[in-house]
Amino acid sequence: MQWSAPLQSRTRWAVAIAAIALVAVYIFPIWQISLDAPQYPEGLGMEIWVHTVTGENPNDLQNINGLNHYIGMKEIDPDTIPELVYMPWIIAGLMVLGLGVALINRRWALALWATLFLLFAIAGMVDFYIWAYDYGHDLNPEAAIKVPGMSYMPPILGTKQMLNITAGSWPAIGGIIMMLSCAAACGLTAFELFWADTPDQNASDTDTAPSSAPASTDASIDVHPSASSASSSSTSVA
Amino acid sequence: MSFQSIKRTALGAALLLIAGSFAFACQSTSSTDASNSDAAEKVYVAPGEHDEFYAFMSGGYSGQLGIYGLPSGRHLKTVPVFSQFGENGYGYSEDTRPLLQTSFGFVPWGDAHHPKVSQTDGVPDGRWLFINENNTPRIARVDLTTFETTEVLEIPNSAGNHASAFVTPNSEYVSAATRFSIPMDEENLQNQDVSIDSYKENFNGTISFIRADKPGEMEVSFQILVPGYDYDLSHAGKGPSDGWSFFTSYNSEEANTMLEKNASRNDKDFIAAVNWRKAEEYANNGECRMVPGEHAHNHVNHDTGLAESEMRDEVCVLNPADNPGMVYFLPTPKSPHGVDVDPTGQYIIAGGKLSTIIPVFAFDKMIDAIERESFAKDIDGIPVLNYNELLHGEVENPGLGPLHTEFDGKGYAYTTAFISSEIVKWDIEKTEVVDRIDTYYSPGHLMIPGGDSQEPFGQYLVALNKITKDRYLPTGPELWHSAQLIDISGDKMKLLLDFPTSGEPHYAQAIPADMIKDKQRKIYDIKTENGNPYKVLNEDETGIERRGNEVHVYMSAIRSHFVPDNIEGIKLGDEVYFHVTNLEQDWDIPHGFAVQGANTAEVLVMPGQTRTLKWTPTKTGVFPFYCTDFCSALHQEMQGYVRVSPEGSDVPLASNAGQERPGSQLLSK
Ligand SMILES: [Cu+2]
Repeated sequence: MQWSAPLQSRTRWAVAIAAIALVAVYIFPIWQISLDAPQYPEGLGMEIWVHTVTGENPNDLQNINGLNHYIGMKEIDPDTIPELVYMPWIIAGLMVLGLGVALINRRWALALWATLFLLFAIAGMVDFYIWAYDYGHDLNPEAAIKVPGMSYMPPILGTKQMLNITAGSWPAIGGIIMMLSCAAACGLTAFELFWADTPDQNASDTDTAPSSAPASTDASIDVHPSASSASSSSTSVA
Repeated sequence: MSFQSIKRTALGAALLLIAGSFAFACQSTSSTDASNSDAAEKVYVAPGEHDEFYAFMSGGYSGQLGIYGLPSGRHLKTVPVFSQFGENGYGYSEDTRPLLQTSFGFVPWGDAHHPKVSQTDGVPDGRWLFINENNTPRIARVDLTTFETTEVLEIPNSAGNHASAFVTPNSEYVSAATRFSIPMDEENLQNQDVSIDSYKENFNGTISFIRADKPGEMEVSFQILVPGYDYDLSHAGKGPSDGWSFFTSYNSEEANTMLEKNASRNDKDFIAAVNWRKAEEYANNGECRMVPGEHAHNHVNHDTGLAESEMRDEVCVLNPADNPGMVYFLPTPKSPHGVDVDPTGQYIIAGGKLSTIIPVFAFDKMIDAIERESFAKDIDGIPVLNYNELLHGEVENPGLGPLHTEFDGKGYAYTTAFISSEIVKWDIEKTEVVDRIDTYYSPGHLMIPGGDSQEPFGQYLVALNKITKDRYLPTGPELWHSAQLIDISGDKMKLLLDFPTSGEPHYAQAIPADMIKDKQRKIYDIKTENGNPYKVLNEDETGIERRGNEVHVYMSAIRSHFVPDNIEGIKLGDEVYFHVTNLEQDWDIPHGFAVQGANTAEVLVMPGQTRTLKWTPTKTGVFPFYCTDFCSALHQEMQGYVRVSPEGSDVPLASNAGQERPGSQLLSK
């Protein structure tokens, strides 16, 4: 494994696209939780965005909180969830890093980015689990409805029956795009390290990365005997 | 001529006797017809499915408006209009009481008659519904996005507002007319303290046009002074006859006692044809007399949601003697009741209730006669046209007691026959009866969805019967009225369904459900759509305030508690105003509020709305209040107490909602 080798041009492009795709997280909700109950034929649900939590319909969040108060669940108030403050910055950071990887054009950079991204994703799910657990278990002892042994932790993924309500939890568009982006980061790293690595001998292929970055001279010496093919590819890419 | 009429009368009397027994005799066979599976299928609206049409049925002497679904006949709602309504506090709550103000003071009951959906280009548009009140002449507007009464206008210089509320093809005007002529002094048209026997000399009527296309701004644009007859019903012209309105009258005999005999003498009474565009022109040019005429205009303020009442004191009056070309009389047989204009706007059809034929007038013949000035005589400046010159034809054998006609838009008219208890279908061009069907019993109006507009929706007809008798499980002497749904999509009319209706539905309207279904309001956005000055946005804003002997409680309601729910410091002699805001923002979660000893009613508060109930305690002690609408699993817990101390007591004013909300305290707003 040559950590300092430059990326294949396709990989660079894919990394850049995967990073830019994260813009979707600011446009679409990341996660959705739906609540189905006989009294809500029109549906009731909430959407978790990178910076806030909203109802699927304008007043759904208030109505969900209204229902939750019977079982003593804490009010879901986006203003009190710190993650919603720093998550937009983390995502922005991941985007910048991803674009940086395309610029730096080194395998180590890609691997670093993919690792950070994956750790963030795992941390996010763990955090989500903790919140869900907390909402479901930390109930007001004064609550009107107390069912012995019953907790109300919403599902992390999938559906779950809780009293009269079927709760469903699924990634939303923003979340799906983020997952795809993360998967791309990891996949590309694996590709670069384990598959694109070996066939250095046919490095004459035009897929080789452009040599615009200052570090690329080293790269061409290391990996690509033909600097001219690299520069020609750079023009084709530009 | 007289021989003819004797023959007809004799025939009519004979038919009456036969029909009387016939109606009962053939009841069982017809019922069997109706119970066939074909009919059941046509009216079956499966659980969870919606009806095809909204039907708006006048509640008659209930003063309200009944909303029904067709074809199922389901009663969906009662909209209170002219009468107080304990079910939701309409007319009891402080914010709705002004709607029932009149120049006679607060009038808690009314007699609703003719609902009419607003129109655009001669077709119902589903924006509003207008309905008239007969006893204290009034017209109301009901908003069809909330099904709430939003405006009520009193009609001055009138009594018995029956020929109302009929709209012109673009809802420019709603018309009204005097059913019970009253003495009017020459100068100011004021009601007079005169001998009732001086009827012929002193009594007059008015026909009024009310500007209707601006919500919240209804006004009597002009009134036309007319002879002292009884003006009964009306319909506006359309298409070629747009710009005209037609009003039936009876009692051209000008009798003031025993009208059933004394007002049935003349062979012909009149339809008043009113050129309202001409009248409008006179009024706009200031060619009218402003006369005193105290009348109330009440409307719900769009911003605050509070009803307001203002008194207006004069009105513009036109006199046919001074303003020619505005009104003509069309002689019409035997005390006509309904007057209907066919969808083409060409034919004007009267229901002479004691007549044995239905006269069909042609609008172009009327205009021709007016242009030729072919007048038989003149009554108080109103030219009387010649019956035969107006006639398109007479429908023979239309049943006994023809009253009202509606249309299917396919060239057929359908007329109710009250005495023979049937509906006859006839060809308008040929003026020939083509079909008839019995009704149970004695239909007054009938209604075809859009059936009095330029484009009827056809398909169904509803007979609005005055007599119910044995149609349903009996409920003592007092019975709801009976309606029959009839399929008119084929050549033969078919009875589909029988259903009881609240009060006495005089007239009705129906429009396709799709026209307004998706425009229905579900909640009021508490931040942007509740401008009530007494609202609270959340529980932190609740509180209590004393202003002299008035105590204002700013209260919130949300599942399943009130804040505040313990109130002290009220003293005998205080007037307590409970301003209850429903904080819910969820469809179909109203909360109600009632307090022991209130001699008004509850208030029902819609999500996001604020309603105010005034309570004047009469006893000391602690009195409970509670939510009246079963709102949640803990609805029974939704309660509170208010303590009343003797006059001069030093119990401090205080309110709270227990340990959790000690903060709901004294306010000085
Ligand atoms: Cu309640």
